[in-house]
Amino acid sequence: MNVSVVVFPGSNCDQDAVRALASFSGRPVAQVWHGDPALPAATDLVILPGGFSYGDYLRTGAMAARSPIMEAVRRHAYEGGLVLGICNGFQILTEARLLPGALLPNKTLTFVCKPCTLRVERTDTPFTGAFRSNQVVQFPIAHHEGLFYLPEEELDELERRGQVVFRYASPEGSIAPEVSPNGSLRNIAGIVNERGNVLGLMPHPERASDPVLGGRDGLLVWQSVAGWIEGGH
Amino acid sequence: MRHRAEIVVTLKSGVLDIQGKAVFQSLQQLGYGELEDVRVGKVIHLLLDAPTPEKARELARGMCEDLLVNGLIEEYRISLEAAER
Repeated sequence: MNVSVVVFPGSNCDQDAVRALASFSGRPVAQVWHGDPALPAATDLVILPGGFSYGDYLRTGAMAARSPIMEAVRRHAYEGGLVLGICNGFQILTEARLLPGALLPNKTLTFVCKPCTLRVERTDTPFTGAFRSNQVVQFPIAHHEGLFYLPEEELDELERRGQVVFRYASPEGSIAPEVSPNGSLRNIAGIVNERGNVLGLMPHPERASDPVLGGRDGLLVWQSVAGWIEGGH
Repeated sequence: MRHRAEIVVTLKSGVLDIQGKAVFQSLQQLGYGELEDVRVGKVIHLLLDAPTPEKARELARGMCEDLLVNGLIEEYRISLEAAER
């Protein structure tokens, strides 16, 4: 699979993503500067990495969402290509309106940096085919703005369309507001667009792709994507 | 003609203002029992070159819609004044 990682000024998880994907796929991973007008040809998966693009000025992800490369990312998504936004990448995708909602400051008033357990809500997306139904996995989180917000009625719509893919859960897989590390509405940690080819999530699968760094659950995301692409999608 | 636009951006009323809540608690601890609510927003100043105040306002509004404001969670108001050349 051909992966491109977009680098914005202030991205700081780009190399983590490059390393995780290169190690998984055995192929070089392209790094694309935010000012570039195009993605490398034959890109299967675009990753918008974590970090503090544009210093988080104005609103997290706001200016990155308007940078030149995002037109190419939008076109890639429109053509059915896969887009994955991790942490700040998720914030950028909502600001770019490629995903609904917004990410507000954590209810705890703190930057939260710790491992957390997630329940997988759907296994029929390009990003989750290798997970078991309702599987609980552990990815780390590290963010200050991770409270997923949508007005109540739109949240119902989102749920009805099955766009919630990951929720913060207890290690046993139960969902309660107390196990949400940031106050995210309905414990939402990750969502897809209606078509299912754009995923945004606050937790970091690329930081859970090597046992040395505290886990391998993140590999399931890469295995899912590889399986999806090999399946001829 | 030069115009100075002041844009005040605040979170919509239904959106949790975690910063406002923290400031509210802090002011209460300082003894301001009369305090009922705090909302924290931001102010953006623009210096614009436009032929008329109407055009300047239209420009400022466009900038709000294009970047400065996220309409899902925020609202804004613009005040305008003539600026010295």
